[in-house]
Amino acid sequence: MRELAASTISDHVAEMCQEANIYLGEDVFKALQDSLETEESPTGKEVLRQLIENVEIARNEQIPICQDTGFAVFFVEWGQEVHLSGGTLDEAINAGVRRGYEEGYLRKSIVDDPLYNRKNTGDNTPAVIYTDFVPGDKVKISFAPKGGGSENMSSVKMLKPSDGEAGVIDFVVNHVKAAGPNPCPPIVVGVGIGGTFDKVAVLAKKALFRPVGRAHPDSAFAALEKTILDKINDLGVGPQGFGGRTFALAVHIETFPSHIASMPAAVNINCHACRHLERVI
Amino acid sequence: MEPKRIQAPLTDEVVMSLKAGDNVLISGVIYTARDAAHKKLVELMDKNEPLPIDLQGQFIYYVGPTPAKPGQAIGSAGPTTSGRMDVYTPRMLEKGMKACIGKGLRSQAVKDALQKYKGVYLAAVGGAGALLSKRIKKSEVVAYPELGAEAIHRLEVEDFPATVINDVYGNDLYAEGAKAYAR
Repeated sequence: MRELAASTISDHVAEMCQEANIYLGEDVFKALQDSLETEESPTGKEVLRQLIENVEIARNEQIPICQDTGFAVFFVEWGQEVHLSGGTLDEAINAGVRRGYEEGYLRKSIVDDPLYNRKNTGDNTPAVIYTDFVPGDKVKISFAPKGGGSENMSSVKMLKPSDGEAGVIDFVVNHVKAAGPNPCPPIVVGVGIGGTFDKVAVLAKKALFRPVGRAHPDSAFAALEKTILDKINDLGVGPQGFGGRTFALAVHIETFPSHIASMPAAVNINCHACRHLERVI
Repeated sequence: MEPKRIQAPLTDEVVMSLKAGDNVLISGVIYTARDAAHKKLVELMDKNEPLPIDLQGQFIYYVGPTPAKPGQAIGSAGPTTSGRMDVYTPRMLEKGMKACIGKGLRSQAVKDALQKYKGVYLAAVGGAGALLSKRIKKSEVVAYPELGAEAIHRLEVEDFPATVINDVYGNDLYAEGAKAYAR
């Protein structure tokens, strides 16, 4: 059994909160640069230039890419041969978030009671944490600060199996079309298919953690990602919704087996600041 | 197309000259307000009480910045989704507000009120918070400090970039822009 101190997890998490919010991943940065080549609208090109410059300013001056530094979302793959000492995993991660958001001058965007008081917790906790147990003696922590504007433009639909591929395409494309300029395009579209009502939403979230440019390993789903991406970009909504050819940078699909009676689908949208980071400890 | 340089606060003459799709660079003084501050302002209007800021001719920027680091005027400061302010915006226009800056779709009631009270809705590039922060030279809280990032701030801006979405003539860049590039 490998011993791992809770404080080690907290230290990594605190660093990851700051790093993810200041440095946009090379995958998304490259996608933005590539889209500048293919964008046809002059206004769309100007938006993309501003976004690229924004990423560079953030990196050079250590300023958050976006003022919405997000809900802290974690996927943890915990090796079963690792024993955590000195606290629980949730406590360790939340302690890291608390420190990272304070030391990094990041915005605290979480309110305690969602309906009545809506009082800011003041330290961006609690985080949303999903944990899977895996073989081995390593811990993989994936983190994404998830912005509220794009999160609000997300949806789950309990499709019927007979709706088929066309049903999935229609649901995703129509949903993204209705979202329009709100989620800060160019967007990354996370799609979940299968599982249960709750599972499918988590799949869509997990899809946003995949590096932009990496297709689904199954060729049928990779082709569906491409089909949906083309249809979304053909809407003409463009960067920031000002009109253009770059409404989305990527569509990522994640799937899970489903019940014989069901075919749930979910869409989780990320803005162009598709911040995600992983570390193996 | 070269951006138009405009001064804040705005005159009716300048408002009338702005068309959906125009890129502008704003210099002068603007104010910030998000959901919570709007709610408080409209509650005061309901009670016929004086507002903490004079809205006449003013720009309202929908933003909740990150905390400023030592030596910075402001932290990352891009626009938030405007639709959440839709219920309050006609009241703000009635009280003299001339322009609001955010991102995303507005309701028909807001578009109608922009025409009625001669106002414009502009979008800044959502998610370009680091870039936009460089165009804000000074920031101070002028009302509701208890709201933190959501307090009303007075901002001095220089060449702050934005794009006109809805003008006083009923044009809408979000509708027209997509039409031009759809296939």
